Amino acid sequence: MSTATLFGLCGAVLIGVGLYGLIVHPQPLRKIVAFNVLGGGVFLVFGVIARRGAGAGFGGDPVPQALIITGLVVAFAATALAAALVVQLARRTGTVSIAEDAGARESPP
Amino acid sequence: MAFAFDLALVLLTVAVAAWTIALRDGFAAVVAFVVYGALLALAWVRLGAIDVALTEAAIGAGLTGALLIGAAAAVRRATRTALPEQRPDLGTRTLAAVLCAAVAGSIAAGVLLLPEPAPSLAADAARHLDATGLGNPVTAVLIAYRATDTLLEKVVLVLAIAGVWSFAPDGVWGGRPGPAPAASQPGALLLLARVLPPVGVVVGAYVLWAGADHPGGAFQGGTILAAMVLLVVMAGLADVPRIGSRALRAMVLAGPMVFLAVGFAGVVIADAFLAYPVPYAKPIILAIEIVLTLSIAATLALLLAGPPERDAAPARPGQ
Repeated sequence: MSTATLFGLCGAVLIGVGLYGLIVHPQPLRKIVAFNVLGGGVFLVFGVIARRGAGAGFGGDPVPQALIITGLVVAFAATALAAALVVQLARRTGTVSIAEDAGARESPP
Repeated sequence: MAFAFDLALVLLTVAVAAWTIALRDGFAAVVAFVVYGALLALAWVRLGAIDVALTEAAIGAGLTGALLIGAAAAVRRATRTALPEQRPDLGTRTLAAVLCAAVAGSIAAGVLLLPEPAPSLAADAARHLDATGLGNPVTAVLIAYRATDTLLEKVVLVLAIAGVWSFAPDGVWGGRPGPAPAASQPGALLLLARVLPPVGVVVGAYVLWAGADHPGGAFQGGTILAAMVLLVVMAGLADVPRIGSRALRAMVLAGPMVFLAVGFAGVVIADAFLAYPVPYAKPIILAIEIVLTLSIAATLALLLAGPPERDAAPARPGQ
């Protein structure tokens, strides 16, 4: 198995792990972390496509590499906005879960 | 030997990713995520994508990690009670696991079935590299071939800042982000904040300058500069500027505005939007990159600082 294929399979597994976290965690902050894990997997698969396109004396196809760099910055911007939303949610409601019964659990017995 | 290293790296990365998801404590999960980002940066080195590795280490692991640690701490302060364990029941989790395994399996099959020979634009990128005057093809793609992507990405950063600032309560609009700096700071942080920034600024400028011909560029250099600003602010040596400050807003907008201006000038002096006249391509690209770097540094630092929370400027006389 080539290095590129190995990292491609790694990216596929990371996407699965991130997606699982995105589904099962009711806390928005955990969902943001899981989404970033998923994003890392997507970038890795894309990076493997860049690696396979190596040629003309370059270690990889520069076009997908540049798109990954753009993607990383945009992912950070989206994460910053999402994190700011979650902090506002926590400050205004005193809870950090979007589970339907979270409000009931938060209230004193 | 190299394959064994790659295999170990892949297994470790997957294990840390699973750990990030499995941890019960949100704060610990964020710390695990930073480790995950650092491992991914290593994977990028192994894939020969040094530009991406630098960006991943700086933004993916570093800045995103710092941002999430800050958010986790703020959420912990704001919540009234400790969170009970709130995972969905076993049936839902099994269903989710099956779905995620199916998604991962399909993508893995896609990776194994990628076409041979792989399609590549590397030859095209190399053919026109001389016209840009650059030696690093990734920088050429970012600033020349696919400059529209980079321009739009700058606009996304400005929109994100506008979104984060819009969470400010009315009373503190135009004020400073974050809590007031503590009166006394640990000595180690103070020492670092005094010793590191001069070195960091030089490294940031070097990464930008070297990006023309070697791995590096505006994003990576800008992130290093942003980290230096944040270090000084965290140590309490300087306060975050008011977001109402015109100089600050000009700095955030300078990158996209200069980029747009060059783009429209390209319609007149070259032959298309964002086209550069060939003899002057390199000086123009460097000028855009220098402004972009400062703009990126300011924007990233402000995104990390969050919405204004205090110290709104008093209304000026005559208003």
